[in-house]
Amino acid sequence: MKPRGSLSAFAERNGIPVTLYLLTCVGIWVFLLVLLPQVTMLDYSFRANLPPSKVGGPEDVYTLEHYRYFLLGSSANPDGWNALDIGVLVKTLVAALFVTLFDLAICYPVAFLLAKGVRGGGARLLILALIVPFWVNEILRAFAFRILFGATGVLNETGMMLGLWEAPIDFIGSDVALYAGLGYAYILLMIFPLYNAIESLDSNQLEAARDMGASWAQVHRRVVIPYAKPGIASGCTMVFMLSAGALAAPQILGGPSNLWFTQLVYQWFNSGGNWPRGSAYAIILLVVCVGFVMFMMRVFRVSIGAIGR
Amino acid sequence: MTKEVGLSHVTVEFGDYTAVDDAHLTIAGGEFFSFLGPSGCGKTTILRCISGFQEPSYGKLLIGGRDMRGIGPNKRPTALIFQNLALFPLMSVAENIAFPLEVRGVGKKERRRRADELLELIALPGQGDKRVDALSGGQKQRVAIARALAVEPDILLLDEPLSALDLKLRQHMRTELRAIQKQVGLTFIYITHDQGEALTMSDRVAVMSRGKIQQVADPATVYNAPATGFVASFVGENNMFEGRIAAPAGPDGTAEVDLGLGARVRVQAAPGLGAGEAVQVFVRPEALEPGGTAPNRLTARLEKVEFEGAMRHLLLRAADGTALRVSQVNTGGDAGPGPDAPVELGFAPAQAIALPPSELARAG
Ligand SMILES: Nc1ncnc2c1ncn2[C@@H]1O[C@H](COP(=O)(O)OP(=O)(O)OP(=O)(O)O)[C@@H](O)[C@H]1O
Ligand SMILES: [Mg+2]
Repeated sequence: MKPRGSLSAFAERNGIPVTLYLLTCVGIWVFLLVLLPQVTMLDYSFRANLPPSKVGGPEDVYTLEHYRYFLLGSSANPDGWNALDIGVLVKTLVAALFVTLFDLAICYPVAFLLAKGVRGGGARLLILALIVPFWVNEILRAFAFRILFGATGVLNETGMMLGLWEAPIDFIGSDVALYAGLGYAYILLMIFPLYNAIESLDSNQLEAARDMGASWAQVHRRVVIPYAKPGIASGCTMVFMLSAGALAAPQILGGPSNLWFTQLVYQWFNSGGNWPRGSAYAIILLVVCVGFVMFMMRVFRVSIGAIGR
Repeated sequence: MTKEVGLSHVTVEFGDYTAVDDAHLTIAGGEFFSFLGPSGCGKTTILRCISGFQEPSYGKLLIGGRDMRGIGPNKRPTALIFQNLALFPLMSVAENIAFPLEVRGVGKKERRRRADELLELIALPGQGDKRVDALSGGQKQRVAIARALAVEPDILLLDEPLSALDLKLRQHMRTELRAIQKQVGLTFIYITHDQGEALTMSDRVAVMSRGKIQQVADPATVYNAPATGFVASFVGENNMFEGRIAAPAGPDGTAEVDLGLGARVRVQAAPGLGAGEAVQVFVRPEALEPGGTAPNRLTARLEKVEFEGAMRHLLLRAADGTALRVSQVNTGGDAGPGPDAPVELGFAPAQAIALPPSELARAG
């Protein structure tokens, strides 16, 4: 929050009504749309799963039952750990990390070219070409990927026609379709922070580094990447968080054996009818993801403030 | 080791705009060579050709006799100091200076040793661990030079490196640059739009206008015997008079010229200028002397006196409206002619030159 001094200065400059309006909007946004739902979820996650008639009754007490369940499974569970759910969480994180790295690898060159390679009109056209496909909605895109990667899909048909492989490859079962779909879904969220960061880099620095004998690889390693680090962190964080929290793509593109952690959450809310447990699972996902991101930022020495830049 | 740089009919076109037009000259090894010209005349473009960021559209660029076509900037024996220096803000001073060594795979210890050596050379010893932002403008300037020297180039290219500095520092850095050049013995190719800089530092100067090289000569020749009207008016102050050759140049190299303002004078002229040809006559403000005994004489009315400490400038107007400027050393005491007084001016034939008319020349 800004110090009070700057707030009163703002009020002086823009008038009381404008200031009040802004404060109300920010207040509504932070409290009603961000804090309240999360706090409600948090509260839910510590409650017992009771039918409506018993809510507020003597059995309605705070409990750690749902978190215990995530770690240890049902009380009948002999081996002590809820290996299945923990496994799904770990797999989700690893897969999200993989999607993030995959996107970074694809988007870095594109963002660099956009920022430093093409001039004026060319860049605008390229950006348009990147954005327009996202007018297609998520579900449609996911199903299109399913068709593309299916046993009788374009990819398999073409591959077999060219004689590259003989029997249809199970792209969906082996999660290729899922990774491709997720990777594609968040490409813009990776490109734009990278583009912003690289764009503001003085082109003379690239030329200076080249002039002093650096190869392109060295220019990127020593000049561009250190400079673009906040952008990289910001893009990676967003892509990681959103892929870990994705539901539609895993639902549609995931293989039958593959569960995404969000699908577990969805199951508890929906078919399981256990909202408190669903809430607990959602909170677990949130906390673990945030913790993981913080840890990674520690490792790469990026400060939280840098991401906002 | 020093290598000569040859520009062989170098032309650079951007679309249908010609930024450099048939530049043809040779820069000797160990020389301090300047390109001087107004903004946008193609100086940076020439430098980018030499450093390898720009291929000439036509013509060849030779370094040490070798054609440089297709050889990238990282493979040329040149180091470029950018107009904005382009230091790396995320590296320390020493890391900046040692960057060229780092990319060549030189070990950490050796890099640090070289960086310290170069810091010594640029008179910033012990400042290697500072952040680049913590340095002053002049210090950054010197770090950029040290970084370029770490490349161990044969040729150092400098693109208006002093333009961002204030006047005092600029003058100081001029001397310092020249001293560094003498010390390391490299070829310096220097770009500037500041004639003072070009004249004080250079062995030779190439004066450019609109992509064309107008004259290549040592500073004294550029000032005293400009090759074109543009050079005469761009380098230093000059009075310009329109005129016509009355009698072509004889064996002594002077011709008689009828000036538009109604006087016949004897001035330096190329033998090629025949009788009746239109010319522009240039006379330096310091060559015009009120009174005196010089053979060429003009009269004009005094309009204003500008006092500038060591110098005093008389602004006059001739009968036909031509503005004149006379510069005198301030000797103190003497108040000079009063306002609106008619003044008779004289100048020696050796101190005036007639050149073919140029639209680029503007009256001093
Ligand atoms: N990459 C380019 N594409 C198109 N035109 C260019 C390009 N680079 C330079 N020019 C044009 O070429 C001309 C010469 O530019 P250059 O940068 O060489 O000028 P300069 O003499 O260095 O000027 P200044 O003193 O302002 O730096 C300018 O008119 C400029 O607009
Ligand atoms: Mg320039």
